[in-house]
Amino acid sequence: MAEYYFHTQQMAVGYDGKPLITDISVEIERGEIVTLIGPNGSGKSTILKSITRQLKLLGGSVYVAGEELRRLSYRALSTRMAVVLTERMKPELMTCRDIVATGRYPYTGRLGILSPEDEAQVDAAMRTVHALDLGDRDFNAISDGQRQRILLARALCQQPEIIILDEPTSFLDIRHKLQLLDILRTMAKQRGITAILSLHEIDLAQKISDKILCVKGDHVASFGTPEAVFREENIRALYDIDRGSYDPMFDSIELPRPEGEARTFVICGGGSGIPVFRALQKANTPFVAGILHESDVDHRLARLLAAEVVSERPFEPVSEAALGRALAWMERCDAVINAGPPLGAMNARVGELIERARGREGYREW
Amino acid sequence: MADRTPVFFSERFRRRGRCQLVFALLIAALFVITVLNINIGSVPIPMGEILRILLHRATDTTQGSIIWKIRLPRILMAAILGGALSLAGFLLQNFFGNPIAGPFVLGISSGAKMVVALTMILLLKRMGAVSSWALVAAAFAGSLLSVGFILLLSRKLRHMAVLLVGGIMIGYICSAVTDFIVTFAEESDIVNLHGWSLGSFSGMSWDSVAMAAVVVGITGAAVFLMSKPIGAYQLGEAYAQSMGVNIRAFRTALILLSSILSATVTAFAGPISFVGIAVPHLVKRALNTSKPLIVIPATFLGGAVFCMACDLVARTAFAPTELNISTVTSVVGAPVVIAMMIRRQQGR
Repeated sequence: MAEYYFHTQQMAVGYDGKPLITDISVEIERGEIVTLIGPNGSGKSTILKSITRQLKLLGGSVYVAGEELRRLSYRALSTRMAVVLTERMKPELMTCRDIVATGRYPYTGRLGILSPEDEAQVDAAMRTVHALDLGDRDFNAISDGQRQRILLARALCQQPEIIILDEPTSFLDIRHKLQLLDILRTMAKQRGITAILSLHEIDLAQKISDKILCVKGDHVASFGTPEAVFREENIRALYDIDRGSYDPMFDSIELPRPEGEARTFVICGGGSGIPVFRALQKANTPFVAGILHESDVDHRLARLLAAEVVSERPFEPVSEAALGRALAWMERCDAVINAGPPLGAMNARVGELIERARGREGYREW
Repeated sequence: MADRTPVFFSERFRRRGRCQLVFALLIAALFVITVLNINIGSVPIPMGEILRILLHRATDTTQGSIIWKIRLPRILMAAILGGALSLAGFLLQNFFGNPIAGPFVLGISSGAKMVVALTMILLLKRMGAVSSWALVAAAFAGSLLSVGFILLLSRKLRHMAVLLVGGIMIGYICSAVTDFIVTFAEESDIVNLHGWSLGSFSGMSWDSVAMAAVVVGITGAAVFLMSKPIGAYQLGEAYAQSMGVNIRAFRTALILLSSILSATVTAFAGPISFVGIAVPHLVKRALNTSKPLIVIPATFLGGAVFCMACDLVARTAFAPTELNISTVTSVVGAPVVIAMMIRRQQGR
């Protein structure tokens, strides 16, 4: 138990005394990044607000560095935990540096006057988030990406052991998302600052997190390493995806495959098929793909988008039987698209398939 | 990065310079307006004479007694109450997170007026006279009554904008009750109410000045000591709490201090409009910061100067007829509020 920096036991959270999510038990070690994922309105913010004591805990307990959250005074907690919230703050006439400096609150004296040590901490925090040049800009006049970095600097300035961030990447473009998460990871790994955050981007969540907490409405669907949590069926169930699909290996999210009878055959392999699949998908044309080894990158996508995949086991030469199946499918198709797969010893029979297709009506090369 | 550091230093230096300039100007204005206020009036008193009377505490001459008995207490009261009113406005604006919150808007003055009206009628019926101290006590009780209702509402209404509307509604209810009382009262019983409800710094006794000074002095010092949590609260409740502020205790202290300040003003000078909104705004603009540590003393000074100047205008513009103080503060203050809203709109 003692080695966990942060853990909860049967925590119950909710609004107005009504529990929304119950029985939340998680253990987090120092310096770990834990991400809450789940659909909109699933209670990610409710959990974070309960951890930061904006909401009253409705049951169970939360321990920070071995101490019960409820026993800690606000002041004692403020030197351990800092927050970056979603609510838009609209401070009046405050520069970015003023905002960052408010993080020194627990360390300044009665009147809150900054000492040289405090000033140095403010500078250091702004340097960490690459925002030194924003110092004298009005906080209300900067971009969303800059704003999030300033708020993160403010939290860092508080010299916390743990930072709670509620959807820190909302409103940010992809560059700023990556930048922010990169700062967060560096901070966690170099300084051992634990981070608990919520994200909408499951692809980023997988890449940055040490642990993932899936929140679904009234319960925690799963908690564990990204490898354990990010399975196709988990994600489908978590977000109730009944149309469309998710590939955990590439973190890609696909629209549902076109419906109807497949009348197009795509000869592909080695990645040549992917642009063809996408084009057919957009045109809402159902298709058959082949002949693909199960290890082929085309196979991973065809599995999700094609009506039917003619496949072969990995690293085996394409068999006579597979060729036969492909030809049978081709017979039923009006169009054959040759995506131009690379040909080699293992898929020599794909070359044969192309030869047979060439004479047909409706044959075309991509 | 090394070349960035001087930018901060120069920026900080520039800001500090600006603050010092604003304070210097405020103190200079305070001095000038004090002198003008003593100097100008139905009996003009020359500068040399003023110095002599003040230094020797000479009350033997007519001029001496005008200064010591009439003008000086009035000036001091305008300064103390003006400062208190502005400070109350600043606190309420922070509490509600809304720039138009102020003692007048929130019905604190209306509550005071209601209780003053009741007291006047009851006391005149029972005892045939009403002392000014009874009115002060009544106004104070009325102000606290309104604030009490706002606090009760704040338990139910979490959203500050809604709570602000609630406060305004309380003001209307109090006004309605007052109108009801006035409708059924004898004309002679309420003749003083009309004068009181328009607000004035005239006829202040030294006792009143001393009492106001003590109450406002203690409350003002307490407010100044709260400038650190007020600064944190400006970022929002949740952030303030995460920095270690006990929100519940802080909010209670904030609303209590601001109501003591506004109740004191209303009790001694009646309802005075717009000072509480206009002054903090002007001061923040001038200082180009909203840091409470700087804004709180500047707001107090600014409010003092503003009210003394308005009182000077009220006394002298249409002499010998004296204007009500609210007439002047509204004429100056309302355009400031409109300008402020337009600027806000453009800023977004």
